[in-house]
Amino acid sequence: MAPSEGLLVRRIREGTVIDHIPAGRALAVLRILGITGREGLRVAVVMNVESRRLGRKDIVKVEGRHLSSEEVNRIALIAPSATINIVKDYRVIEKKRVKLPSVIEGIIACTNPTCITRKPGEPLRPRFKIVAERPLQLQCTYCSTIIDEKDVLEQLEEAGEERR
Amino acid sequence: MRPGRWRGRDVISILDFTRDDLEELFDVAARMKEMLQRGHVPRLLEGRIVALAFFEPSTRTRLSFETAAKRLGAQTLGFAGEEATSLAKGENLADTIRMLDGYADAIVIRHKYEGSALYAAEVAEKPVINAGDGKQHHPTQAMLDLYTVKELFGTIDGLVYGVLGDLRFGRAASSFILALTLYRPRKLYLISPPLLRARPEVRARLEEAGIDYEEVSKLDDVLGELDVLYVTRIQRERFPDPREYEKVRGSYRVTRELLEKCAKPELRVLHPLPRVDEIAANVDSSRYAAYFLQARNGVPVRMALLSLILGAEV
Repeated sequence: MAPSEGLLVRRIREGTVIDHIPAGRALAVLRILGITGREGLRVAVVMNVESRRLGRKDIVKVEGRHLSSEEVNRIALIAPSATINIVKDYRVIEKKRVKLPSVIEGIIACTNPTCITRKPGEPLRPRFKIVAERPLQLQCTYCSTIIDEKDVLEQLEEAGEERR
Repeated sequence: MRPGRWRGRDVISILDFTRDDLEELFDVAARMKEMLQRGHVPRLLEGRIVALAFFEPSTRTRLSFETAAKRLGAQTLGFAGEEATSLAKGENLADTIRMLDGYADAIVIRHKYEGSALYAAEVAEKPVINAGDGKQHHPTQAMLDLYTVKELFGTIDGLVYGVLGDLRFGRAASSFILALTLYRPRKLYLISPPLLRARPEVRARLEEAGIDYEEVSKLDDVLGELDVLYVTRIQRERFPDPREYEKVRGSYRVTRELLEKCAKPELRVLHPLPRVDEIAANVDSSRYAAYFLQARNGVPVRMALLSLILGAEV
């Protein structure tokens, strides 16, 4: 097997490389970032390649866009091990780890069907505070329901199903 | 005490308040109660308007808020139950709240969605008081419950509490349990059928506060230890599946015979009311019954709350 992703996808000139994503979660990462493919960005998704640190890992490369810390930190919900490389002229000019923000707004829906954030017609975004990072626990600001990583992943996968 | 720390505040969860806040409230409530008994209450809220937005049915809470406001000289406006549905005509909650925010000095809201009161408070500039949001919170009930315990025992700390019934869907039970985490109960028993256990976030709060609590299924096992027994109704209307309700219907009942056989003479029974069949009528005239006193305390406690929030202290 090839030791690096280099054989699968070439280097990018300008943009963001998200490395060390737990294997199988690259598509969920794209969903968190709101990248659907329809934006016209060149995106490379590399899945299940060997990693010294993780055994196997996924990588996402987004060309032509430098993702902000705020955008990138939300990835920590499902990929706390991810590293972010900002690339300019084929060189990594900045390397950072993802850090979970204390509040998550808008990405995940509350699992409680009678939470006010689930009421149709209200101009309201779901909001969670982080109760614990590993294992992940989020608490809805409105109804106090506690959800875990499994709920988060399920939702991101379902969102993918609906788009297809 | 810091003057005016209640003024303009929203009342969303009992956990928004400290012990000191509640002590101040109870002091004012005791004075209100005394004034009610003497038949002379100053019109502290003359010229003020309190909106009562009851999207869900209510008797006691709505009437006691209305009584509290009117005793202090305020006027009330609002709607209740079915009327709310027709009034809204498909309007969203945010718009209804914005309208009331423009008319009144404070908004009391009850709604079937959890988090509705917090949401209303984010929309409104005037203080919002949560009179029940789905199964989640009922902070003013917890305030009058604690006030009643204090009146009966002279203290809230150091007592053994049992909360019996629907701890999963009952907001009064949840709020009472959360309220106890602000104090130091000697022991707290959560007594319910396994299907109706307290919700994970409520238990998480008990753990965090280091409360000595235990979940048990049978009242008889712990009744002899209790100082306070807080009984609640099974919240039939909040069961997503009616078959689940059938499984737990009538699964507990407090009778005079049971109390006389097992309880300490000092035990007092509280209930947020309305009751269905969980407390037998023959308990009403016994030494144990404190739930009618508790219901009456709703008025002075809510008078104290309104006067503190609207900045018209005695």
